Amino acid sequence: MKKFTFKIGGVHPNDSKISAEAAIEPLKISPKIYISMAQHLGAPANPVVAVGDEVRTGQIIGEPSAFMSCYVHSSVTGKVVSVGPYKDIAGREAIHVGIDVSPDGDVWADGIITDNSLDVKFPTDRQTLLDKIKACGIVGLGGATFPTHVKLCPPPGSVAECLIINGAECEPYLTSDYRLMVERPEEVLTGVAIIKCILGCRAVVGIEENKPKAIESMKKALESLSEKNSEFNDIDILTLKKKYPQGGEKQLIAAVLGREVASGALPISVGAVVQNVGTALAVYEAVQKNKPLIDNTITVTGQVSPSQKNYLTRVGTPYKDIIAAAGGLPDGNIKVISGGPMMGRAVSNLDATTLKGTGAVLMLSEEQTKRKPAQACISCGRCVDACPMGLEPFYLLRLSRAGMMDALEENAVQDCIECGCCLYSCPSSIALLDEIRLAKASVMKIIKSRPRK
Amino acid sequence: MSVIVWTIIVIASLAVILAAMLFFISKKFKVEEDPRIDVVEKLMPGANCGGCGFAGCHAFAEAAVRAEDLESIFCPVGGVATMKNVAEALGKKAVEKAPQVAVVRCNGCKEVREKTTIYGGTAKCSVIAALYAGDTGCGYGCLGCGDCVGACEFGALSMNAQTGLPEVDEAKCTSCGKCVKACPKGVIELRNKGPRSMRVFVSCINRDKGAVARKACKNACIGCGKCAKVCTHDAITVENNVAYIDFSKCKLCKKCVSECPTGAIHALNFPAPKPVATAPTPAASPASKPETETKPVEEAKQ
Amino acid sequence: MADVCIALIPAVIVSVLFYGWHSLLIFAVSCLSCCGIECVVTTYLLKKKSTCGDLSALVTAILLALNLPPSCPWWIAIIGAVVAIGIGKLSFGGLGQNLFNPAILARVFLLVSFPVQMTNWTSPKGFIADAFTGATPLGMINEGIMNGESVSQILSKSSFSPVLSLFAEVGGSAGEIADVALLIGFIYLLCRRVIKPYITLSIWASVALFSFIFNMINPDLYTGPLFNLLTGGVLLGSIFMATDYVTSPMSNLGGVIFGLGIGIITMLIRYFGAYPEGVSFAILIMNAFVPLINSAFKQRKYGRK
Repeated sequence: MKKFTFKIGGVHPNDSKISAEAAIEPLKISPKIYISMAQHLGAPANPVVAVGDEVRTGQIIGEPSAFMSCYVHSSVTGKVVSVGPYKDIAGREAIHVGIDVSPDGDVWADGIITDNSLDVKFPTDRQTLLDKIKACGIVGLGGATFPTHVKLCPPPGSVAECLIINGAECEPYLTSDYRLMVERPEEVLTGVAIIKCILGCRAVVGIEENKPKAIESMKKALESLSEKNSEFNDIDILTLKKKYPQGGEKQLIAAVLGREVASGALPISVGAVVQNVGTALAVYEAVQKNKPLIDNTITVTGQVSPSQKNYLTRVGTPYKDIIAAAGGLPDGNIKVISGGPMMGRAVSNLDATTLKGTGAVLMLSEEQTKRKPAQACISCGRCVDACPMGLEPFYLLRLSRAGMMDALEENAVQDCIECGCCLYSCPSSIALLDEIRLAKASVMKIIKSRPRK
Repeated sequence: MSVIVWTIIVIASLAVILAAMLFFISKKFKVEEDPRIDVVEKLMPGANCGGCGFAGCHAFAEAAVRAEDLESIFCPVGGVATMKNVAEALGKKAVEKAPQVAVVRCNGCKEVREKTTIYGGTAKCSVIAALYAGDTGCGYGCLGCGDCVGACEFGALSMNAQTGLPEVDEAKCTSCGKCVKACPKGVIELRNKGPRSMRVFVSCINRDKGAVARKACKNACIGCGKCAKVCTHDAITVENNVAYIDFSKCKLCKKCVSECPTGAIHALNFPAPKPVATAPTPAASPASKPETETKPVEEAKQ
Repeated sequence: MADVCIALIPAVIVSVLFYGWHSLLIFAVSCLSCCGIECVVTTYLLKKKSTCGDLSALVTAILLALNLPPSCPWWIAIIGAVVAIGIGKLSFGGLGQNLFNPAILARVFLLVSFPVQMTNWTSPKGFIADAFTGATPLGMINEGIMNGESVSQILSKSSFSPVLSLFAEVGGSAGEIADVALLIGFIYLLCRRVIKPYITLSIWASVALFSFIFNMINPDLYTGPLFNLLTGGVLLGSIFMATDYVTSPMSNLGGVIFGLGIGIITMLIRYFGAYPEGVSFAILIMNAFVPLINSAFKQRKYGRK
């Protein structure tokens, strides 16, 4: 069987999927949660509740403030105790709504269906579906938390040819998408069918070869579903080679379609729309159950973690509660990462709470994370070979240290996807990405400040 | 013999031809420039630091010659003296501007500001700031990696290994403002140097609520407002839980310094008070306070 | 770097076995002086942390020693070390900044400055072989052709065979005699993924092709492919010197071009030049082209033409 992958660059880190066999279990709801209004890419939502308000599970507490913004819903039932700045995982302040959870359990907002029965018949009216997705505050769960309703409305003039569902989960350690594909393939596929119906194109689910069980379960579910329903006809399950960063949007498009998105262009320019497996499930729940995006699957893992878990977690749960549920923070200096080891962000503040897009809580020991002292660059070119965007990280680093912004732009620093392949592959342990990321930010700022032609 | 003669002839004729070409080219392609630009440039400090906002001293001189008046053109390095000379040379009116100096507005030295995380990445303030708030409980203060020290072209900044904070050498600081731009946290401010370099400022920019700020750093400004109440010159404002002293209004009475419960207000370069005179001060003022005031550059201490 | 040192061990062992104590002395002097100079210059002149720990000076030292004739005086190695580390590497800014391979630079410097000592092929007595006065095969060919003899005449006179050269039965500098040992090192480097094979293979291919064509034209004047591959510094140069990260192109295609250039220049010098051997000159010349090759053969960027 032909296995697909992207051509330029990529690395093969040890996948360490040690939490793969832990079934998804709901996490006990924390007594106090803080829901950020900046859950998504774009403008933060405006809070529409005040201190003292009683909120129900699934009730809207934040409204979109701009085109690129999203609804935010209460993930619990309780009483609003604060609306204001609260520190996120990086220790920076953002507007959060703090809710004291009522001890009596969930009281769901009107219209939400809470039974878990499978329902594969959905309305086929495009606008109805989009409205439901928007109202339920669905965002892309692959990492960038791009508002899904925006992504599913291609700009005029562009036509979607292929919906690509990202089941690659190429980051080491992460297993939440894998568990979803193993445990709830019918619901995921129904979500895929709904998105496909909105776009009016075919769909491909790309899964990496190191997840044979997920491929099998998805194929089986697809077979039984497509027998009865015509909506499932144009869906394919594609096996991908294992290579990081295959789950990157541009890399996945190259792997599946063999096309490349031009620098600065949207994936829709080559006819592709990429959505994550988790997003497909969220879309299913939004359309069929009217359930907003108030919980997501979070992997709790790491060799030093006391237990390996895949938790169904309410949005706004403090990290310390998740870690406590998994057995507490191990001794010694532990690096807690939100997300995977390659692209995740360090959690410097354990009081911070999860967002819609949080995929994992990874605990690494000091030995695992300690960097070796950097040595001189010997121009070996391994970073160039590893870069999935075909950039020259060593050169970008040199330019950024010299502050040559124009040359940085010429050498496409703005194309960097911050995947960390360069840093991973460097034999001299040079922290390439640290400074390239900065250079990229400054170049992007310069580009954005230019007058539009 | 003839070889030597020929060599001399060839080389000599080459020299004549090339000299003629050089002469011709220098005449033909001569760039006409206002001679005053040259005059002004000679008056400049020649540091080419860019602190004035122009690309070096020559560009500054061009701008100064072109400008109607010297209102918006000022060389922070040369200061008033240089600007006076420039104004004289050009026959324009010089701007009076008080000399300034860079001030580090963080006094969260290592002892009073505990680390909450271990940072293992590239040791640059700009990199840390892009990743997270910082490795201490205070998300506003100095990150301690010395981006400002690297930015200073005059060697006026240095990291104090003991406190982990940068220190300004007032004699060398030219107030070019490079450190202000280099600091991702905005800790460094250019303030008026003050008479005999005496000045009072709040050495903290933590905008957290008092209790949070105090927990993160014992020397933090907690925004209690005591200084604002005691100030008789209306120079102190408390906004976002942090006090700020307007240096144009401050009369250097130092009432706020002893009032501050956390010692976040620093007074620099004041003459040491006579030992007898300190007796009436209430117990709130710690005994070591006068020590700080006598040492000119130690704003990070205490 | 440690891997490169390990890969060089077989060649070192062979040369010590063949050339005995003197060879060991040369290795020791070379290693000590290279590391010493690196240490002294970085700590006292550049006032930086010493970079001895990265082993790059050790690699240069071993390569330098392998490039010296077996009977050369020990002080040659010290001068070589000064040129290699002091001029070839540190004056450019240290590891990663040098334009030319330090060991090659030193060899060429020595060859030009001390032609007598650097071409004295009288070998001292080794542990498993008797002392013999052997000109290098390339030297014999060069001299013979000048005297009007044909290649086959010269070769039959000296009982040279390519197979023998695999097992170090011919004269040459320490690193030129042990082809099998060098090949073992090559395989080790490939297995450890320290180097990519493109540069080495393209040097071999171009040397073989070039000599094959000329050998076909006139076998009396021009030696054949096998002879050219196995004699002289082709193996040592192609495996250990041309593949030096710092002084070789980054991309695979660039590496192939770089290798082709080295092979062709080597053969041009061997056939038409005054020196019997040209690998070191060829590598040095192509080193100078690396920045150009790097900018001409860049990795294709995603989504850009």
